Amino acid sequence: MKILVCISKTPDTTSRIAFKDNNTKFDDAGVQWIINPYDEWYALVRAIELKEKDAQVIIHLITVGGPDCDPVIRKALALGGDLATRVNSTDSDSFNIASQIAAVAKTEKYDLIMTGKETIDFNSSSVGAMISELLEYPFVSLATKFDLNNDIATITREIEGGEETVELKLPMVISCQKGMAEQRIPNMRGIMSARTKPLNVVEPISVAATTEYLNFSMPPAKAGVKLVPADQVAELVRLLHEEAKVI
Amino acid sequence: MVLIYIDHSEGEIKKSSYEALTYGVELAKLLGTEANGLITGTIHGDAAELGKYGISKVFQVNKPELNTIDAAVLTKVIAQAANDTGAKEIVFSHNTTAKTIAPRVAVRLKAGLVSGVTSLPDLTSGFVIRKSVFSGKAFANVKMNTDIKVISINPNSFHISKNETGNAEVIQLDIPVPASSIKVISVNKVRGEVPLTEAEIVVSAGRGLKGPENWGMVEELAKTLHAATACSRPVADSGWRPHHEHVGQTGIQIAPDLYIALGISGAIQHLAGVNRSKTIVVINKDPEAPFFKSADYGIVGDVFEVVPKLIEEIKKIQ
Ligand SMILES: Cc1cc2nc3c(=O)[nH]c(=O)nc-3n(C[C@H](O)[C@H](O)[C@H](O)COP(=O)(O)OP(=O)(O)OC[C@H]3O[C@@H](n4cnc5c(N)ncnc54)[C@H](O)[C@@H]3O)c2cc1C
Repeated sequence: MKILVCISKTPDTTSRIAFKDNNTKFDDAGVQWIINPYDEWYALVRAIELKEKDAQVIIHLITVGGPDCDPVIRKALALGGDLATRVNSTDSDSFNIASQIAAVAKTEKYDLIMTGKETIDFNSSSVGAMISELLEYPFVSLATKFDLNNDIATITREIEGGEETVELKLPMVISCQKGMAEQRIPNMRGIMSARTKPLNVVEPISVAATTEYLNFSMPPAKAGVKLVPADQVAELVRLLHEEAKVI
Repeated sequence: MVLIYIDHSEGEIKKSSYEALTYGVELAKLLGTEANGLITGTIHGDAAELGKYGISKVFQVNKPELNTIDAAVLTKVIAQAANDTGAKEIVFSHNTTAKTIAPRVAVRLKAGLVSGVTSLPDLTSGFVIRKSVFSGKAFANVKMNTDIKVISINPNSFHISKNETGNAEVIQLDIPVPASSIKVISVNKVRGEVPLTEAEIVVSAGRGLKGPENWGMVEELAKTLHAATACSRPVADSGWRPHHEHVGQTGIQIAPDLYIALGISGAIQHLAGVNRSKTIVVINKDPEAPFFKSADYGIVGDVFEVVPKLIEEIKKIQ
């Protein structure tokens, strides 16, 4: 069984968000890059658990980006991927990313393709669904549980107003979120072996840009907190009722 | 023509769908075109009533098998409906349904997609739309280059506007429904409670509550305000509260009108899930708690003393 796990590089969750070059680019000065938490904690770790149960499982990692993604993909290899591919394209349009991954998947024929539910930088929630359309595979989004019995998967997923459990046959694409697995820390052996695992760099196919990020802006700053003394709770209620008009 | 996807859960039209309707109608005015709705599956009530939100027609593919969210099936149906009706802009609300199908619909229609949209487009040079990025910490202006456009708007970002009268023409579309490869084994809907992502008021509590046995007052405050309850990540991780209440960077992102944080420090990862709330109230005994920097109103005090008084005072004005 071959699993493809899609890995995205994102700024660390505590990063200061700022922009440069006339607000057209993310200012990465001093930013630490991590594996997008949804890709790592949920998709990748669940794939590793499946491999621990069945040694035949091969975990292939893929990322779309420039050479600055290599440290992040090495970290994912240290956690437990078998091999990795980086498609050398820096265009971050979701459709481009999905098209690059689908192009690799068309020749490699994976049984299962896993993504995080979204990235914490662009929050688009779209790459997994787009890959599934390009490959004409079923797609199950926002999965919180995934079990496999031969080629039949049982998946619990979030739906509007609750959750449901569904059954379907491989191959498929799934997007993963909290519940799938627990976070792990790479061990020394993993880190050492990651250095020798293959990381292939392939050139991108040509994809027409459907969208273009022009520039960024910050939300207006809060006016500052109005503090109410702890013994004047009625005043807080009055402010919420008359000033903010929210209760 | 602007086509608005009207999502429903077990036949009930979602609040977020009404927001999408209002947005779509405004978008159509801006573009000088017509706004219509699209329903897949069966709904309760009279679809013609949706005319009150300003649309002229409601297209429906009225087949019960479409009530299951199968991305492959719905994509084919919605894409064909868009083609048959000549839709150029397709509007979704960025909820769990849209996250599952909107990107697939975009690919099938060779359309550009922008999700998490927070504004109407600026048409001065092309079609430029604003979306939320970096988990609510910033916005991006994105240019859409394609003839057909798929737009998925952030829930709770647009106010619903409804008229007293208005009748939409309901048109049944005869579109074949492909067989589904997804078998639903069980469905578990949270009933009777306000869904967190749709709630106008959210009462949330953190480790400052000390233990799950102290949530009675949190729930009572929520009930008094008809609010949904939420919690910080360590609270869900320790099993004090269910995981679906966990808000933040790695949990659910919400944007209610009022967010009340009780005994939550306001870590940056927590803020990433709640910073789009319109009004934030923080109650924390530590005056240095970082949450006060992002709050609109605050009380430096002990939640165990302040919350019971707060419930009492709110009841007085109701
Ligand atoms: C990658 C990553 C992702 C994360 N994602 C999330 C996320 O999605 N959501 C999230 O919430 N966290 C997330 N976290 C964790 C986050 O960093 C914080 O640890 C967490 O939010 C703290 O929760 P808390 O505020 O409940 O607890 P604490 O930080 O322990 O704060 C408790 C607060 O309660 C106050 N308090 C105590 N007693 C009282 C009292 N009697 N009355 C009033 N106030 C009192 C204290 O002053 C304190 O400010 C993430 C962390 C990482 C590294």
